[in-house]
Amino acid sequence: MQTIDQLVAESPVFEGLAPDRLELIAGCAQNVGFEHGERLFREGDPADTFYLVRKGRVSLSTHAPARGAIVIETLDPGEIVGWSWLFPPYVWHFDARAVDDVRAVAFDGACLRGKCETDGALGYELMTRFAAVMIDRLQHTRLRLLDVYGRDSDS
Amino acid sequence: MREETHLTHPAPAVIDLDGLHALIGVLRDRGYCVVGPTRRDGAIAYEEIASADELPAGWTEVQEAATYRLERREDDARFGYPVGPHSWKRWLLPSRVRLWQARRGDGGATEFVEEAPPERPFAFIGVRSCDLHAIAVQDRVFLEGAYVDRDYGARREGAFLVAVNCGVPGGTCFCASMGTGPRAESGFDLALTELVGDEHRFVVEVGSDRGAEIVSDLMGDPATPEDIDAALGVTHAAVAQMGRSVESFDLRDLLARNVEHPRFAATSERCLSCGNCTLVCPTCFCTSVDDVNVLADGGAERWRRWDSCYSQDYSHIHGGSVRPSSRARYRQWLTHKFGTWIDQFGTSGCVGCGRCITWCPVGIDVTEELAAIRVTDGEVDHANN
Amino acid sequence: MTPVPYRVVSRAPETADTWTLLLEPLGDHIAPAPGQFNMLYAFGVGEVPISTSASPDADGALVHTIRDVGAVSHALAGSAPGTVIGVRGPYGTEWPVEQAHGRDLVIVAGGIGLAPLRPAIYHALAHRDEFASVCVLVGARTPAELLFVRELEDWRGRFDVDVDVTVDNAGEEWHGRVGVVTQLVPRAPFDPATAVAFVCGPELMMTFSARSLLARGMPKESIYISMERNMQCGLGHCGHCQLGPVLICRDGPVFRFDEMERLMEVREL
Repeated sequence: MQTIDQLVAESPVFEGLAPDRLELIAGCAQNVGFEHGERLFREGDPADTFYLVRKGRVSLSTHAPARGAIVIETLDPGEIVGWSWLFPPYVWHFDARAVDDVRAVAFDGACLRGKCETDGALGYELMTRFAAVMIDRLQHTRLRLLDVYGRDSDS
Repeated sequence: MREETHLTHPAPAVIDLDGLHALIGVLRDRGYCVVGPTRRDGAIAYEEIASADELPAGWTEVQEAATYRLERREDDARFGYPVGPHSWKRWLLPSRVRLWQARRGDGGATEFVEEAPPERPFAFIGVRSCDLHAIAVQDRVFLEGAYVDRDYGARREGAFLVAVNCGVPGGTCFCASMGTGPRAESGFDLALTELVGDEHRFVVEVGSDRGAEIVSDLMGDPATPEDIDAALGVTHAAVAQMGRSVESFDLRDLLARNVEHPRFAATSERCLSCGNCTLVCPTCFCTSVDDVNVLADGGAERWRRWDSCYSQDYSHIHGGSVRPSSRARYRQWLTHKFGTWIDQFGTSGCVGCGRCITWCPVGIDVTEELAAIRVTDGEVDHANN
Repeated sequence: MTPVPYRVVSRAPETADTWTLLLEPLGDHIAPAPGQFNMLYAFGVGEVPISTSASPDADGALVHTIRDVGAVSHALAGSAPGTVIGVRGPYGTEWPVEQAHGRDLVIVAGGIGLAPLRPAIYHALAHRDEFASVCVLVGARTPAELLFVRELEDWRGRFDVDVDVTVDNAGEEWHGRVGVVTQLVPRAPFDPATAVAFVCGPELMMTFSARSLLARGMPKESIYISMERNMQCGLGHCGHCQLGPVLICRDGPVFRFDEMERLMEVREL
């Protein structure tokens, strides 16, 4: 099983960061586990943590009256859960739940935010990497919006 | 072209007006349904005719963009006009034809009965060179692909073609620049060139064995060198009088690289999507099928009818039409006719007959359109793409 | 061309609006290859092109999976066993399975697109040693709209094929992936330099899937798609199915992506 240092060094989202930065980030991280069905975070809660999935599947969902729970997206090993820790109002927009037994690395976003405020270069580097994650998610979300399989659309 | 002029065919002959009457009579006697030009509804139409008396003697057509009218000639030439709104597809690919009938038998068995072809073969009198090429273009679509259209094949197989060389090109004709006329070179059984002078006569060239056989019944004389020169002179003069022209070099590639040209949007503002051009065009072949129930006996039929790429639901798939805008439909027609037809069937779809220019209610002129695109090759319509 | 009579043997529901018909010949046999389609005629209603969703068996039985989207498909999909329908075909080009021999085969299916791909999947599984790795990537709108679920589960259970499924939307009872089918491409186990991909589904889905395969390094010439346009005759005689220089019924429906890419980019072509 990889150490947190190894995971952080190999994760695409931290690629290209200098070793001292990687060490800093790893220093803000710890291993966590969730049983299937357990919630990682709740919509509306303060967003001070983000996760890197090591094992298992995490779902992002919301709840609508009469529709019940709607799963927006699932995230698998190697994927990052959460960017709301980096942007005001630092609040979660969705529920995150463990679909099965999940092992993840939890990063102290509040601590990293503090460090970014004093170290602008670090802030820039983290911002660009998380922006890339968001763009990727946005593109996929746009495709889902197109509802290509719908009855009245081209299918 | 289906038939070639062989050196073994008899030399050209000359017949007079009586000979022309006899030609039609001989064809009728042999059981052909003779179809030829005749005046009807203010135009020269291709209808079944009983004799040469029904030919539009002494009439000509004046054609320009969005303009067609008949005018009296000073002589009584039988073929003194170019082409009217009809083309021979009216007979080879009729606007409405039943393809088959289906009957439900006992025990749910279903029988499909193919429609029989027409009983009498056709003899077409007065086929212009452009229209000969148009027939050859449709032959490629219906006879030379992976599948043969049975009805077209049957009608085409038996058809006897009497071409007539053009002396009077219309104002909208551009066959010369398309390489499709005015002289009929091949693909006919007989080709006539009318000479109206001291003696009203017709030089008859033979293009097939069937043609040779018919000519031998006509009591003609061998054509003299003067007759042949005069006949060639008729079509040479026609070339000089051609109303329009198209620079046909490289059209396929020109259109392929200009699918987003602003000219399409600009011209489509005038286009009514009426489909007249597709109706009168001698090569347009698009059809649709209608599946209908026959209430009387619980059977069903399939009919084939002309369709047009200009119609709203021509390109309909679930969800809507692929080409909802008039711009897209006009582009489809123009680029198909002059460009992608070559990719699909190996020849141009246009034979330069000019009918689309004449019969467009707003006078859209394909020769002008192509020239405009050529001159501004590479321009892109950013607003509509 | 007249249709040939076939009788509906069975009608199995796949989803709320899709059924698979098993048809037995009453006269001549028609044998579509994977990727090809037949024109299916509902008596007195009309005819539509439907891809084969399984190659004919020894008795010549045809299998067609039909989604109810219009009058004709509604009549066909609703045909009870015993109903006689008309069939013409087979028409069109095939999934080029031989191109993939000795190479990784990647199947990307979206929605109803899994049906025309199924015969190619069957072929690959029946001739498994002719291919290197075999991946089947499937996307659908919701779990209820997944086609051939039991077969997907069976294929997933094999050790020699990789099956990955995702849906655009789901409730919490679904524990599989939620996301678009393009998200399955980066993780699928194939070598982009040598793999061959067959992609089928709505045109937008095929475009995005092709792009994600290209992003992984596959050359355009190794990707095949299946196109669709209005079809009336299936013979190259009616003109309806034109897309620029090609006739879908004759030159397609299966095309190599590099041949189609530019045509698919032009709006309303």
